[in-house]
Amino acid sequence: MIVYLIRRFGQSLLAIAAMAVLVFLGVYAIGNPVDVLINPEATQAEIAATTERLGLDKPLYEQFGIFVVNMFQGDLGTSFVFGRPAMDVILDRLPATMELAMVALILSVGIGVPLGVWAGLRPDSIAGRTIMGGSILGFSLPNFWQGMLLILVFAVLLGWLPAGGRGTTTEFLGMQVSFLTLDGLSHMILPAINLALFKMSLIIRLTRANTREVVLQDYVKFARAKGISSRRVVMVHILKNIMIPVITIIGLELGSMVAFAIVTETVFAWPGMGKLLIDSINLLDRPVIVAYLMLTVLIIVSINLFVDILYSILDPRVRLSEMKG
Amino acid sequence: MSKLLEITDLSTHFFTRDGVARAIDNVSLSVDRGEILGLVGESGSGKSVTGFSILGLVDPPGRVVSGQILFDGQDLVKGGERLMRSLRGRRIAMIFQDPMMTLNPVLRIDTQMVETVLAHEKVSRSKALERSREALVAVGISAPDERLQSYPHQFSGGMRQRVAIAIALLHKPDLIIADEPTTALDVTIQAQILSEVQQLCANSGTALIWITHDLAVVSGLADRLAVMYAGRIIEEGPTADLISAPMHPYTKGLIESVPKGKQHGALLTQIKGMTPSLLKLPSGCKFNPRCPRADAACQTEPDLDPVIGTDRHVRCIHPHAEAGA
Amino acid sequence: MSMSSDQPAAIPARIDHPVKRVFKEFVEDRVAVLGLALFVIVAVIAIAAPWLAPQDPYALAQLDIMDGGLPPGEQSFGTGQTYWLGTDTQGRDMLSAIMYGLRISLVVAFVSLGIAISIGVIVGVAAAYFGGRFDAFVMRIVDLQLSFPAILIALILLALFGRGVDKVILALVIVQWAYYARTVRSSAIVERRKDYIDAARCLALSHRRIMFRHLLPNCVPPLIVVATVQIAQAIALEATLSFLGVGVPITEPSLGLLIANGYDYLLSGRYWISLFPGIALVLTIIGLNLVGDRLRDVLNPRLQK
Repeated sequence: MIVYLIRRFGQSLLAIAAMAVLVFLGVYAIGNPVDVLINPEATQAEIAATTERLGLDKPLYEQFGIFVVNMFQGDLGTSFVFGRPAMDVILDRLPATMELAMVALILSVGIGVPLGVWAGLRPDSIAGRTIMGGSILGFSLPNFWQGMLLILVFAVLLGWLPAGGRGTTTEFLGMQVSFLTLDGLSHMILPAINLALFKMSLIIRLTRANTREVVLQDYVKFARAKGISSRRVVMVHILKNIMIPVITIIGLELGSMVAFAIVTETVFAWPGMGKLLIDSINLLDRPVIVAYLMLTVLIIVSINLFVDILYSILDPRVRLSEMKG
Repeated sequence: MSKLLEITDLSTHFFTRDGVARAIDNVSLSVDRGEILGLVGESGSGKSVTGFSILGLVDPPGRVVSGQILFDGQDLVKGGERLMRSLRGRRIAMIFQDPMMTLNPVLRIDTQMVETVLAHEKVSRSKALERSREALVAVGISAPDERLQSYPHQFSGGMRQRVAIAIALLHKPDLIIADEPTTALDVTIQAQILSEVQQLCANSGTALIWITHDLAVVSGLADRLAVMYAGRIIEEGPTADLISAPMHPYTKGLIESVPKGKQHGALLTQIKGMTPSLLKLPSGCKFNPRCPRADAACQTEPDLDPVIGTDRHVRCIHPHAEAGA
Repeated sequence: MSMSSDQPAAIPARIDHPVKRVFKEFVEDRVAVLGLALFVIVAVIAIAAPWLAPQDPYALAQLDIMDGGLPPGEQSFGTGQTYWLGTDTQGRDMLSAIMYGLRISLVVAFVSLGIAISIGVIVGVAAAYFGGRFDAFVMRIVDLQLSFPAILIALILLALFGRGVDKVILALVIVQWAYYARTVRSSAIVERRKDYIDAARCLALSHRRIMFRHLLPNCVPPLIVVATVQIAQAIALEATLSFLGVGVPITEPSLGLLIANGYDYLLSGRYWISLFPGIALVLTIIGLNLVGDRLRDVLNPRLQK
């Protein structure tokens, strides 16, 4: 198990390194890094100072070394717009995004898995077909447009919920969160649904497909032949088997939720790091873009690592073969 | 006292897209307490569906459409799911064909055994565990404590089948339905399992329905044989009589296609033609297109009639003479 | 013949041509046929837009600012023509704009699909055929790329490249090739392990011949399924990127950009400017997804009854 963990950890580091190289090449090698990294309105002296600090006059490999060293110190440049370290600007926005992504994930799993199992157990029933039809719809509505519809219906026409922003936040574990106040919660409902719907559809489809395959297995029939209740057959024998692929996907989807939050945050003016990214792209605030990219890569790679470990804990077959291997 | 199991005119059909497959049609069978019945037939003859019908485990699109299954006086067809569940695993147990597939890969052996005990008896977990341990010992598994904490994939095929048998024996059922339980195993393991099952059933007075396509295996085991063809029982009687003097041309063909020691060098006979499709059965006797004795009279289907003066039944208009000539 | 089935095994093996069988099973599902019809209609509208559209939405001479922001069904103050889906703030007929926007959306998606499939097929088949280090290397890249969300990669690429139809296509190709490479490789590798491929190699058939005559045909069914789903994803992704302002330029507005343009007016009640392009977009994607969904069932050997 330890060997496996170390190997898997090494792979994650490799992925981060590969992305760091790509980001570096994107920023430094394509085009003039002075344009990219230094505020267009900077004075000549400022340009000289930054060039010096980032070693932009040095050969490429040395620049890469400086980039890596700076990155490890959390220094990814200074935001042109905010005049603060880019990493700080991003980290300020991180809790809002993570909160949104987590709530959306809980929604999509909590609703998606039961519906998917239901549709998988009774694929030809009216409920099963309705669930599948709904999931195709959820799958087909582009996130941004679906978000606009939510605003149109619930904020503009019905006026039940606010159209954007984060509402009142309170401090929780040192972070500003929305879900603890009523106002914050009301601001969160629409964006969370928006972000969750696509993933929910995905999870429904995946769960259904897996359920349909698992119910055909002999061990399900054998379990029934043992006389145990159908509740236990579904909740233990079937669910435990389908949870393995489902958890893998859920993990990977959490990463993509952080990315998709870009769209949701833009539509709902949710002050997370995704909205910051779009603002930064529009304002050409490149250090922030770089910082966002590296942070997101780090988050996604960590999630993947975590999911793999979880997977090996859940599936005894993987656990043992990996332990031997 | 009535027989333990009496099936009368049981029909189970599969309603597929391509039409209705009459997997079993008007099957009548009976099993006495402690008796071993061999149910013989090719694949698609309906022998497994018969087994699943008894347990009420026919999956859609299949359904028991008519007939009666009297188990210890109770009609299982009318009894409903509640009655079935109380019988399954407790009074009627089943062993499946492929031991690699019958145990749930993600649950430990102890979980799968204990749940079987707890499904029917209100005992403590430790008590259930103790029962499971004893059952494993009874089927010849050494180091049961260690085995209980293992996952199925850590076992060989023969060992898994022993576990499945142990599970079937947990409640000392009145009837075990064994669906080709040795087919997937090595020949040496087959012989071991065969004799062990025979012994265990004899010790506990359990009746056994041994479903197989292999006449050689079952002839040394069963008290009586029933031969199935195209969803019907075509011949039925005490094993020795049926083997030495088959009356139905199909049974005769089946027996002659088994190699015997003294016929060394002699040609094996084979039954010409193929098993008919269940969707398009021939009219009249279902075997007539392949039968060497068929004539115009065989266009009407014969009943499974008792043979006067014997304990046998045959469904044939031109049966071989009883002397076996 | 197997002796071990517990289901009625003797259901006749139809000997229909596979394409015929797939077609027959496909049309059994009315919803899927509806999806296909939907997509065909959309495609015809997109191709024939210049002839079907009541107005050339980008010939500025035809626009009348007086007609700006008219709700659906209103008539033009100048020409008296009816704007069935209303006009945008510049007086552009939304119906025409949607038809032209559809055209751009589909062109971007299908061109990128074609290029991405070509790359994916070549890389995937080669990886399966040559195996070893080349395979390991290529699949590492594929895995690495697929572990990051497509939208993130595309967004970053476009932030670097800048706006443009060609740049969006390039970004979509980069995002999508890996899906096809993985799909093709996993089907091809199953076939690669079969003996006849070794036999073909012994006959000294050229690599290319073996790869494309023997390995590739087996990859076609899963490739079709993935492509149907991916084309819908590509259309949605392009729309999203354009909505976020990094996609197609304002001079060539796709459906996504039309929606984005109308977004500002949504809250003020002029819902039609972004609602109708959105409906067109969603109908296109739903049509494709319904087709893909059915194809997945029909082409999946494990679910065949």
